[in-house]
Amino acid sequence: MESLMSILIGVFFAIGTYLILTKSLLRIILGTSIISHGVHLLIITMGGVKAGGPPLLGLGSTSFTDALPQALILTAIVINFATTAIFLVLSYRSYKVLGTDDTAQMRGNEDE
Amino acid sequence: MNNIVILPIIIPMILGLIMVIFRRRIMLHRVLSILSMTGTGGAAAYLIYQVKHEGIQTLQLGGWEAPFGVSMVVDMLSALLLITTSIVALFCVIYAFKSIGREREEHYFYPLFLFLITGVNGSFITGDVFNLFVCFEVMLISSYALITLGGKSIQLRESIKYVLVNIIASFLFLIAIAYLYAVTGTLNMAHLSERVAEVGQGGLMTAVAIIFLFVFSLKAGLFLFFWLPGSYSAPPTAVAAVFAALLTKVGIYAIYRFFTLVFYHEPQVTHLIIGIMAAVTMVLGAMGAIAYKDIKKILTYNVVVGVGFILAGLASFTDAGMTGSIYYLMHDMVIKALIFIIGGVIIAIAGTSNLDDMSGLIQTHPYLGWMFFITALSISGIPPLSGFIGKVYITEGTFTSGYYWLGAIGLITSLMVLFSVMKIFMNSFWGETILSEEMEKGTTRGVMFPIVALVMLTIGLGLGAELLHDYVEIAVEGLMNPSLYIEAVLGGNAQ
Repeated sequence: MESLMSILIGVFFAIGTYLILTKSLLRIILGTSIISHGVHLLIITMGGVKAGGPPLLGLGSTSFTDALPQALILTAIVINFATTAIFLVLSYRSYKVLGTDDTAQMRGNEDE
Repeated sequence: MNNIVILPIIIPMILGLIMVIFRRRIMLHRVLSILSMTGTGGAAAYLIYQVKHEGIQTLQLGGWEAPFGVSMVVDMLSALLLITTSIVALFCVIYAFKSIGREREEHYFYPLFLFLITGVNGSFITGDVFNLFVCFEVMLISSYALITLGGKSIQLRESIKYVLVNIIASFLFLIAIAYLYAVTGTLNMAHLSERVAEVGQGGLMTAVAIIFLFVFSLKAGLFLFFWLPGSYSAPPTAVAAVFAALLTKVGIYAIYRFFTLVFYHEPQVTHLIIGIMAAVTMVLGAMGAIAYKDIKKILTYNVVVGVGFILAGLASFTDAGMTGSIYYLMHDMVIKALIFIIGGVIIAIAGTSNLDDMSGLIQTHPYLGWMFFITALSISGIPPLSGFIGKVYITEGTFTSGYYWLGAIGLITSLMVLFSVMKIFMNSFWGETILSEEMEKGTTRGVMFPIVALVMLTIGLGLGAELLHDYVEIAVEGLMNPSLYIEAVLGGNAQ
């Protein structure tokens, strides 16, 4: 299971990196979004994907799943949601003000 | 257990939230901002007193004992940084009263500013790696909003790079946390320190350490500062001043915390890498500062040089180097805010940031000119101003540990820094007065108070270095002996 997840995470990172390296702003944002999924999967894989009972007493399980990585991912997802939202708004506003979503044309000049 | 530990986080947060409700009451915003900075300053001062007399203060949130809950820890380094942050932020916000403009004030400038301070203070206080990530994000999201507030085209253009770089840095931070958790099974810093000491810092741990170093270097502008000059010259002066004074320092603090508390077993690898990065940062930053003729660019490259110099102290990993770094860190926070504010005033008066288009301001603004002169001397470490004592100790530290090249680069670059700020002084204040008072685009009215106060502070930090020495010594002792920190956080639970 872990090795399968590792390959999946690798694919996510490859796609995300490719998208971030393109010129269109929207693709860059999608790229960050995809990398974030890779990161979240990485956290859960690193915590150990193993069968075990829920970490509650009194259920009679002998082994427990580590709940901490899931709490971490939950927080990370919320934060990533916020940054993606702000990034989308920012790119929309810059598209309106600068008139382009091509990062190559956003260099500007000295006289501004 | 000490509830005061949490105050520097919740005071700005709650007051900021109150402000959001009363959007148009600008006077209320201003009063609450000042209250919040004085409040956190007071809490920090009291914490310094407590840390000095009773040792490191901790708070286990929700009553969950470490290492299971989130710990908040204030040691002397955190407390000193907290009080410096409060003072610098107070003067930046007073400067913003007159300079930021009604439009931005009505669009939540002050709440965003306070949320930024919440994140900064949180990063200084937290004793948990994941919580550090959260505090970083609080700080960064506020900074995304602050850097774009106003929506000029240069701000939007630069902020896209800034946001993208920081988002990727945050991903790397999460990756590093995941690896760390996989190897050690804990995220509490004191517990981490204990576990890493137990199993030894092998190749795997060192690799994780390097990922953390990479992440924090991106935030601090250590070597990976390619985003910094553009982003810091885009926003209005009050924002740029607080960014230059505080944001990079949080990255530096994180590097300090990690490489003195957790990853301190292999200094010949990690600290040497930090040293090399610091040296390259200083050289490139100083070259940038000399090369440009634009005040904003010169000042932002000076920020980069400062980062390199502070971390040279860590690279030396000696008592003297650490002492110097803490002195210099506090000095740098004050002086960077100050020089950005003065630079902003000069630009406002001349209506341009190009040095070729201004001259002779000393005729019409003698006080501003001499303030800038004092600042320029202080930034390059001329005694008796505040930069001197830190430079002496850091240089001594690098020489003691045998990194002669690092010390030499530090001294040479401070000469280059002196040249770069003197270039601003000579071009803008000397020469023929080409700007009569009627033609000036801006004014110094109302902004002299924060400038004078910060100049007094830099002189005070220089002359009062002896008084401060007791406190810095405690901070260094805490940094060099991780057992003190572990004992304070884990207490009876220490294995």
